[in-house]
Amino acid sequence: MITGVRSPGARRRSIAFGYANLVPFVFFALFPFYFMVITSFKSNAELYSLKSVPLWIQNGAIIDHYTYLFGRTEFLVWIKNSLIISIVSTSVSLVISVLAGYSLARLRFRGVGSFGTAVFITYLVPPTLLFLPLSQVVNWLGIADTIWALIVTYPTFLVPFSTWLLMGYFRTIPREIEECALVDGASRMQTLLRIALPIAIPGIICVILFSFTLTWNEFIYALTFVSKTANKTAIVGVTADLIRGDIYYWGSLMAGAVLASVPVVAGYVFFLDYYVSGLTAGAVKG
Amino acid sequence: MAVSPRALEVAGSPRVGYLGRLYEWWEQEHVFGYGLIMPAFLLIACLVAYPFGMAIYFSLSDYWVGSPGSFVGLGNFREILGNEVFRQTVWNSFVFTAIALTCKAVLGVWLALLLARNLRGKRLLRGAILLPWVIPTALSTLVWVWMFDSLYSVVNWTAIRLGLMTAPGPNWLGMASYAMAAVITVNVWRGLPFFAIIVLAGLVSIPREFYEAAEVDGASSFGRFRYVTLPLLKPVLAVVLLFSTIFTFNDFNIVYVLTRGGPVNTTHLFATLAYQTGLAGGNLGQGAAISLFMLPLLGLVVFLQLRYIRRE
Repeated sequence: MITGVRSPGARRRSIAFGYANLVPFVFFALFPFYFMVITSFKSNAELYSLKSVPLWIQNGAIIDHYTYLFGRTEFLVWIKNSLIISIVSTSVSLVISVLAGYSLARLRFRGVGSFGTAVFITYLVPPTLLFLPLSQVVNWLGIADTIWALIVTYPTFLVPFSTWLLMGYFRTIPREIEECALVDGASRMQTLLRIALPIAIPGIICVILFSFTLTWNEFIYALTFVSKTANKTAIVGVTADLIRGDIYYWGSLMAGAVLASVPVVAGYVFFLDYYVSGLTAGAVKG
Repeated sequence: MAVSPRALEVAGSPRVGYLGRLYEWWEQEHVFGYGLIMPAFLLIACLVAYPFGMAIYFSLSDYWVGSPGSFVGLGNFREILGNEVFRQTVWNSFVFTAIALTCKAVLGVWLALLLARNLRGKRLLRGAILLPWVIPTALSTLVWVWMFDSLYSVVNWTAIRLGLMTAPGPNWLGMASYAMAAVITVNVWRGLPFFAIIVLAGLVSIPREFYEAAEVDGASSFGRFRYVTLPLLKPVLAVVLLFSTIFTFNDFNIVYVLTRGGPVNTTHLFATLAYQTGLAGGNLGQGAAISLFMLPLLGLVVFLQLRYIRRE
């Protein structure tokens, strides 16, 4: 970062210093995932033996825990539920947030400032504050114990977050471009859809990515509003239903954890830069 | 802006009658503005503001799952405050938040400084560091449960082989202070990337000239950090600290999966106690009252954030 006039030796030492100090952090960050993966391939005999070395696979890798997951549990149903919930609530929230974000960032009308503040405050309200009353709302709506309970409630944290993020992107569009379109006879909605939206594409990708991850990873609502095994999400299914009684079957638990993380990790690997920019924009512009 | 109707006439598409008037009405800036914000407004009103009001109502009533109770005023709050478990939870929450936040801030700044160096494989390093933040917390916490297992703990196994512990090592999730340490460790593990990446973004935006000037003036590397980096990083640090305070204080996933609040309530936080009381126990009134205790802190953070934004 800071390169003044230094000897090559000093620079090499500085680079070595950088790597040497990063190693513990990388190890700390990645070891649990490594352990998750190797556990999912170990045989039970090896897992529950005090004589074996836990750090790697000694007695050969097996895929029994994975076949168990597919054959004997409702894992695939949970994955399907999670996919439906994530896709539907992400799409709905995206539409709502594009409209609201454009309105708050671009249009001048009375009360626009207070709306913006309200969205921001909602963004800061944690789900842990609302899950008790929402569980009752979901009951009254007659959607308790179905995936609809989650599709309906997830936008409550997606919309404030997405609106806030998109506002930042819409603000960067020069006003003149839109005014030109209006003068040329485009309606306001056309201006939004044909001029502003294409420019905000990076923001929209960010929003989709984050919304999908947030809904896929969501835990407290999914745990609270749905108790029927067939309607659970992947995360709650693995965390709650693979533990029978008080017994943890670590092989299949870790196999489930690995597979249920795949969709998010895939999105993450392909769109790392969007992740970083969204993370920074969401928090720092806030 | 009265441009558009005129523009329409010029464009030769005069709209007449009812539809035309409707169109003109809709094209007004404020009508269009309110129209676009309406879906979000309705959602927030029905599914955030209204439940929030309900939470307050619950907390003031004797409400159990399935049986709406009568108004009891501040009875729930009085009862909670007299409750040993709740007082333990308040203490836990502050200890947990204070230690976890300090660790995340110190390690996060240090990690960001390391990541900001011009090293080969920078992108890969950042990707690896950010991973714990991306993976579903409930699932990654599950692997920590296994790593802290009372019998097969890989942490203890390794530490014993390295001579850092005497066998059999601590029962991490079964003993009070160790359980708190475990919960904090997992929270730091998960929250550190968020801190580091945002601080990194702040670091990158500091103009290079400042460092060069400091170097010319003979500042040591610590001096450059103390008098250039830290002051310029302060706004970013303030925002990320405020955010992280909310996330950390309201943590549910890690505690729920790792310890369920145990052993003997020594790791309960507001959210997990509210869950246990309100849903598992069915006492919605008290559960809501417990979760509302988070409100003053949340209010303070919101207030500081809003003030900070206005100044920007």
